[in-house]
Amino acid sequence: MDFLDILQVLDSSVRLATPLLLACLAGLFSERAGVIDIGLEGKMLVAAFFSAAIAYMSGSVWVGLLAGIAASVALSLIHGLASITFRGNQLISGVAINFLAAGMTVLVAQHWFEQGGRTPSLTGAGRFESVTLPLSETLRNVPILGPIYHELISGQFLLVYVAVLIVPLTWWVLYRTRFGLRLRAVGENPAAVDTAGISVTRLRYMAVIICGVLCGLAGAYLATALQAGFVKDMTAGRGFIALAALIFAKWKPWPAMWTCLLFGVLQAVALRYQNIEIGNFVIPVQFMDALPYILTVVILAGLVGRAVPPLAGGEPYSKER
Amino acid sequence: MRTLPHWADVVLIPLISLLLAGLLSALVVLAIGENPIAAFKLMVEGSLMRSSGWGYTLYYATNFIFTGLAVAVAFHARLFNIGGEGQAIVAGLGVALVCLYIPWPHWSIALIGATVAAGLFGALWAFIPAYLQAERGSHIVITTIMFNFIAAALLNYVLVNLLRPAGAMDPASGPFPEATHLPTFQALFSTADTPLFRGAPANVTFFLALIACVLVWLLIWRTKLGYEIRSFGQSETAANYAGIHPKRTIVIAMLISGALAGMMSINTTMGEAERLVLNSVEGAGFIGIAVALMGRNHPFGVLLAALLFGFLYQGGAELALWTDIPRELIVVIQALVIMFTGALDNMVRMPLESLFAMLRRGNS
Repeated sequence: MDFLDILQVLDSSVRLATPLLLACLAGLFSERAGVIDIGLEGKMLVAAFFSAAIAYMSGSVWVGLLAGIAASVALSLIHGLASITFRGNQLISGVAINFLAAGMTVLVAQHWFEQGGRTPSLTGAGRFESVTLPLSETLRNVPILGPIYHELISGQFLLVYVAVLIVPLTWWVLYRTRFGLRLRAVGENPAAVDTAGISVTRLRYMAVIICGVLCGLAGAYLATALQAGFVKDMTAGRGFIALAALIFAKWKPWPAMWTCLLFGVLQAVALRYQNIEIGNFVIPVQFMDALPYILTVVILAGLVGRAVPPLAGGEPYSKER
Repeated sequence: MRTLPHWADVVLIPLISLLLAGLLSALVVLAIGENPIAAFKLMVEGSLMRSSGWGYTLYYATNFIFTGLAVAVAFHARLFNIGGEGQAIVAGLGVALVCLYIPWPHWSIALIGATVAAGLFGALWAFIPAYLQAERGSHIVITTIMFNFIAAALLNYVLVNLLRPAGAMDPASGPFPEATHLPTFQALFSTADTPLFRGAPANVTFFLALIACVLVWLLIWRTKLGYEIRSFGQSETAANYAGIHPKRTIVIAMLISGALAGMMSINTTMGEAERLVLNSVEGAGFIGIAVALMGRNHPFGVLLAALLFGFLYQGGAELALWTDIPRELIVVIQALVIMFTGALDNMVRMPLESLFAMLRRGNS
């Protein structure tokens, strides 16, 4: 494996890490406000379908992107209705949303396109193209830094750069704005926020909607950038890997990015090498597939410090008590 | 203040929730350009009007009874076992090993052996998440989700690399020996003149599921352990003061839950496929969540809800066969049932509570 091989693996790691990162940040906003969300998977899935379907029909990937976000936010609002307004169980609501997405996407896809639950392939303006950054060709021959710039940093999809920019933005919003302070407070001690005369319900709905928007970006990225169209169950557990990354990163934006990159590397290696032979010992591809999940369990077991979730996470807030 | 009479809590609320879910499902069917009434008729005809339809309905219901009981037992300890899927996958492996490598003289003894294996393997797969929850406080929902994925990868590896007969293409074990084949309802109930349950996969495992219902009822409401599980679920601090060991209760409740989820694989692996295949669980572990919620965590309720979902599954298969409605309609209905009976419970409960409060004021 030479330098270029490594760069190519890293390049595909970044591509695969992007939807994880967007979904992970989505979960971060929701859970920091005290609303646990295991429905990230479902929201990504509807966004993937509607972005691809509408991009195909309108011929514009931007219209598709908006449709994907709208669909994802709609599911977010259902989650908000169940877990904020009606103070229901947030985990159960998340499970329901995942199934709703898995069923509805295929049902609607079959009704609209009759291609066995997929959308037609996207071409031209219906799909995101990779962005070539300036001077990419000129700098290509500069040793070490040139190939890194050309192969890895330049030539990604627009949403990859957006995702990376959302990380400092999330940090800034959470730790440097009044909204962020309140958001974190409502996830730790909603009664205190309420006493200060700030609406817990309103703050949590805001968080859930931001979560929907970010999941929408993640889903749209899957169907209109990473791949050219929607196929049944295309999120393939990414929402759960994002959830795992969120715990791994202890609900903090910068660690979230590094964790998602790590999981992206695992996926990229599994994709590229299948069974890995080390001497006489073969690491089966199934082990590589399971590694993100195994790692998360190892981390949950507390080998890398304790992951302490927001205190009020999962608890519906009612004024009377 | 108890605002609702018991019967309204146990019967009325699930029924209204179910009605709402059904109504929305009908709208969905309407929206994709099909007639919901005709669709419902077709589902009833295909699953309840013929004995072979019943044979499928009861076969699916058997799976859902086991996974529903699994979720219910964990719920009683306020644990959300979302890992029934993985536990059933690993238990299938146990059933296959027992059937393939032990020379059983008769199916009845093989069934006992398979039950033990399924229970052990299922419990084993629930043990690590349970231990981590008890000892390290790792959230059991997250760990069991992770274990579902790990189980799927493990089964894939074992089938492809170890159990697949030489030269076979599809990832499945070899067929189980004749002596382990369980009697189907067709063999049990057909007479020379009246063939019943023709070709349907329902088998004696259904009776095992009924026994499991009774045993779970005894466990939860008639034993010390069940009392401990319930009081732990009601209030951890109170249970602690009463001398109930929290860690022990978590682990035991999850072991029982895992064993129950695992036992569904007897039905699919030993009863139906008669070999181990890659996707024998097919989401039944998740349907257990809907079944437990609808059945209010009571074994009798679980039985009724499992029959309902058995009907939906068989009816959905009929729909996919005769109309343009894909099987995924069932996934949507399942989602709506989970939503209304689980998360949106208060939406139904709050108006009902004020209604009953009004009636009471009118009477006094």
